[in-house]
Amino acid sequence: MQRHTRLVFASTLLLAGIAAGAIAQAQEPKRGGVLRMYQRDNPPSASIHEGATFSVNAPFMSVYNNLVRYDTTKAEDTLDTVIPDLATKWSWSADNKALTFTLAPGVKWHDGKPFTSADVKCTMDLVQGKAQDRLRTNPRKSLYDNVLEVVPNGPLEVTFKLGRPQPSLLALLASGYSPMYPCHVSAAQMRTNPIGTGPFKLAEFKQNEIIRLVRNPDYFKPGRPYLDGIELPIITNRSTAMLAFIAGKLDLTFPTEVTQQVYKDLMAQVPNAVCHMGPVNVSTNLIVNRDKPPFDNADLRRAMALTLDRKAFNTIIAEGQAKIGTTMLPKPEGDWGMPEAMMQTIVGYGPDVAKNRAEARKLMEKNGYGPDKRLAVKISTRNIAAYRDPAVILIDHLKEIYIDGELDIVETGVWFGKVARKDYSVGLNLTGNSIDDPDQSFFENYSCNSQRNVTGYCNPELEKQFVAQSQETDIVKRRAMVWEIDRQLQEDVARPIILHNSSGTCWHPEVVGFRPARNSSYNRYRFENVWLNR
Amino acid sequence: MGAYLVRRFGLMLLTLFGISVIIFALLRIVPGNIVDILFDSAGMVDPAEKARIARDLGIDLPLPQQYVAWVSGIARGDLGFSYVSEKPALAEILPRIPITAKLAGLALTFSVLIGVPLGVISAVRQNSWIDYALRVLSLSGLSLPSFWLGLLILTAFVTWTDSMPIYSDRPESLWDTLLLYSVPAAAVGFRSSALVMRLTRSSMLEVLRQDYIRTARAKGASRQSVNYRHALRNALLPVVTVIGIEAAFLIGGLIVTETVFNIPGVARFLVEAIRARDYPIVQNLVMLIAVVVVLVNFIVDMLYAALDPRIKYSG
Repeated sequence: MQRHTRLVFASTLLLAGIAAGAIAQAQEPKRGGVLRMYQRDNPPSASIHEGATFSVNAPFMSVYNNLVRYDTTKAEDTLDTVIPDLATKWSWSADNKALTFTLAPGVKWHDGKPFTSADVKCTMDLVQGKAQDRLRTNPRKSLYDNVLEVVPNGPLEVTFKLGRPQPSLLALLASGYSPMYPCHVSAAQMRTNPIGTGPFKLAEFKQNEIIRLVRNPDYFKPGRPYLDGIELPIITNRSTAMLAFIAGKLDLTFPTEVTQQVYKDLMAQVPNAVCHMGPVNVSTNLIVNRDKPPFDNADLRRAMALTLDRKAFNTIIAEGQAKIGTTMLPKPEGDWGMPEAMMQTIVGYGPDVAKNRAEARKLMEKNGYGPDKRLAVKISTRNIAAYRDPAVILIDHLKEIYIDGELDIVETGVWFGKVARKDYSVGLNLTGNSIDDPDQSFFENYSCNSQRNVTGYCNPELEKQFVAQSQETDIVKRRAMVWEIDRQLQEDVARPIILHNSSGTCWHPEVVGFRPARNSSYNRYRFENVWLNR
Repeated sequence: MGAYLVRRFGLMLLTLFGISVIIFALLRIVPGNIVDILFDSAGMVDPAEKARIARDLGIDLPLPQQYVAWVSGIARGDLGFSYVSEKPALAEILPRIPITAKLAGLALTFSVLIGVPLGVISAVRQNSWIDYALRVLSLSGLSLPSFWLGLLILTAFVTWTDSMPIYSDRPESLWDTLLLYSVPAAAVGFRSSALVMRLTRSSMLEVLRQDYIRTARAKGASRQSVNYRHALRNALLPVVTVIGIEAAFLIGGLIVTETVFNIPGVARFLVEAIRARDYPIVQNLVMLIAVVVVLVNFIVDMLYAALDPRIKYSG
């Protein structure tokens, strides 16, 4: 019996060993192959610093490196998952007002010139608008307002001097939107013929046709990348793209392009496809121009916040798969989402929609509106389905409180300019966040002077709290401060968040090493650890 | 004939001048310009930066000055630079022309090769089951939007063959070219072939009732000879006119077909350029299309004379 048990034990161990060996062999990365991922539209340029859409950083992020990046083996992109990239290590000064990076030696740009600390300074000067050369557009300039100076200390060390402590600076620098640019290449050239240090070089960028990237043989990380190249045919028709994926002409869909409905279709036709479905840190929100009468009246804005039935939005638009939350991405995916109990106490978030709407109607009646005197208003929105569909539901909800909305569909090319000029009364908008950090969201969308604060909301007292949370190094204290700010933003009806959208990315099982983050859609396109198991 | 040619040529130049003014004006009337769109895509507006870029691109100049610069550029062969790619407009447009030309040529060939014979069969077998079937077919060709037909074809290919006829790499041999273009050409040519079929049928029916056809039959001419030598040649005149017009209309069908089949031709490029308000690309492409349409019409006029000796062009 004892002998038999030993035999079984030994056999089990042997089998386990063989299985482990087989798995290890299966997971041993293979060199070679070309990854094919479609590009959903023609990117306006290859210069990531000039873009504000992942139509730019998804195809071109692998041309560049950051100082630091997010660990793509982890589920989320947070401060805890920041790892070295061009910088091998970093340290904060005692007062947390200086961040020093040690740079990797022997790194070369794609044209063979050496990468040094001077390039880091050039990049930051360019982004901060301090350089002689100019970016054509500079959407993230305000994120680095706290960086007073970037000082090279020899070729392989550089220090960021800050006006105040800002732990999230590392998170901002790890974003896919923060690549390093070379001093010796103009901002104009970076749009069409970018030079980076990244694992892939741009081989071809044919407008409206294809983007081809080839392996950088001199990449500074040994053995990387595994792929010989990446091809991104530009396929603007989503149906065509999904059919091409089903037919096996593509290895990977464009990030977050798979809706719940498309996901069901794909699963029916390619059951072994691997899909990541979930929040993408893009919110659907109500924007109200608070400078435009009668919406300069706080009662009306509050009534509009009260009439929103978020559950209905979620059911109709996302088959219940979207997340209901406030400014910050809700938990568990989001690191800063406020507790459910706290959210339920905020205006318009209570579960009793009928009660909320009764309160809203009272506010409207107090201001002279009622069944016989309804308020007519144009509901402006961008002419794409992700905007139009919720706008139609919004109009329906506003009817409940004596507001008759008329859909005002605005062409994409005109939309952002229109809202930035505040040339609207009420609108339905989408807001994306490149990283899950309050600094990016608060300063960009709610600070008084931000060019992306499209509602005109300005609360100097709350802005002081933006700064206070930004410099708080104790994460628990900071989180409590963020929740309080977020609660205040909702109570002030700054930009009522309706939903945090959910969509996905799919790939064939041969693609190994690609893992989208649960809390951001902008940071995981370096592809240096991705390989094809063919 | 010579005087007519000169007059027609002068008219062509006048037409092209009119088109150039209209397209130039229309582009500037449409809300938003490339600078707005660049800033819109970055989600912010900085008036000083916008003014700088507008100056760099020359769109802050008075409109007449911009127009003269464009037209004189065309005369010199300088089409300017694409605002989006920052490459010469000519370098962006030229490689796309053969792609669309092949697709359009194949689609037109498809529509003629299918439309004319089926129209003739439908006419000579009037009120038979084959006539009814062909009429239903032609009606469906006119009713089905080409983008939907294209998607149906793609779906059918993926479902039944596990492959997909979308453009991926430039075809190298003639056979590859035919393989790649024939499916989208059929999708876009289906509508034209339906139109050609219906027109050929009605035109043939009208001709078949003429006295000279009866005379030919009475003289003992064979059915083949009557239908194809006597009737078809005379019935083709309106068909040729329509084919000429269809060649111009084809560009509209190609926009969606190129998008659905992911073909990097001129038509899809034009739509993208309009979206981006890439003036140099849009203006020059529309002018190119206008030249093609005007030339096709000119050729059709010349064909009339060849087909019908009664038509004489005199001064």
